Amino acid sequence: MTKEEIIRPENLVCAKPTLMNDAPMHYCPGCSHGMVHKIIAEVIEEMQMEEKTVGVCPVGCAVFAYRYLDIDWQEAAHGRAPAVATALKRLWPDRLVFTYQGDGDLACIGACETIHALNRGEKITVIFINNAIYGMTGGQMAPTTLVGMKTATCPYGRDVNLHGYPLNMTDLAVNLEGTAYVTRQSVHTVAAIRKAKRAIRKAFENSINGIGSNMVEIVSTCSAGWKTSPVKANKWMEENMFKYYRLGDLKDTQEIRSKE
Amino acid sequence: MSKIRGAVTVDTERCKGCSLCIEACPLNLLSLADKRVNHKGYPYVEQKNWESCTGCTSCAIVCPDGCISVYRVKE
Repeated sequence: MTKEEIIRPENLVCAKPTLMNDAPMHYCPGCSHGMVHKIIAEVIEEMQMEEKTVGVCPVGCAVFAYRYLDIDWQEAAHGRAPAVATALKRLWPDRLVFTYQGDGDLACIGACETIHALNRGEKITVIFINNAIYGMTGGQMAPTTLVGMKTATCPYGRDVNLHGYPLNMTDLAVNLEGTAYVTRQSVHTVAAIRKAKRAIRKAFENSINGIGSNMVEIVSTCSAGWKTSPVKANKWMEENMFKYYRLGDLKDTQEIRSKE
Repeated sequence: MSKIRGAVTVDTERCKGCSLCIEACPLNLLSLADKRVNHKGYPYVEQKNWESCTGCTSCAIVCPDGCISVYRVKE
């Protein structure tokens, strides 16, 4: 059998999701944003919510997310995505509303909006891309930067006496009454991507069914900011990031209720 | 016994040569093109030994830019 005989439209088993358009992505090679965009597109397609989904873009690397997925988007001011999503969901209760934010946007300037939106139990999903660095602006220290990690603004490593401790937003969200589903995932391997997809699907279903607010943290890499190759960045993340940002479901009120 | 055969196509102009698919392929069938780049200057991925490909889709799942399409047939 020749390669041409295999490569036919009827034999296609996996390709770029149709919701993702052909616009070339501005992300650096190997950036986790691409994987997460793909997962979101696939989940929305599977749920047949193409016409009823509104995403809220952050400020950061994902500021141009609206260029790549053919759904409705709204750009928010820096850190204000959960506030904008609150308004969208309240005005359009039948829509699936999610925010897509990086660690600088969500954990630093938007920490207040994030915590209050989650605590109010807004029926939205917050997708939090945590790569422990400010990628877009040139690799400065973020609130989530690990202790000892070197960045452009802490070239000798993050020092707790000077810079304080990394802010673990997802662990904070667990303790808020309004959250229904809080999970931390990653997209470094095929298995991890499948798990992250299931988590995002669950969060989206909760948002549509009006079950509290949902937060999905994706521990990500920033090979450009970490000054390494994408493959090495994945290894570094496994060795260092997962110790502090442990993967798995942290809170699932639906599961607790089903057990009772 | 029926054999599952696969093949992949790469959108070479979209590919940024991040090499994540090369790591993800369980059979090591992918590699960066030798001394060739696309119009953006990135070396792109090629499937060289396609004969042993099983169409497991690992490469397409990890590709951040969605450049890889996987085809599979039962022989």
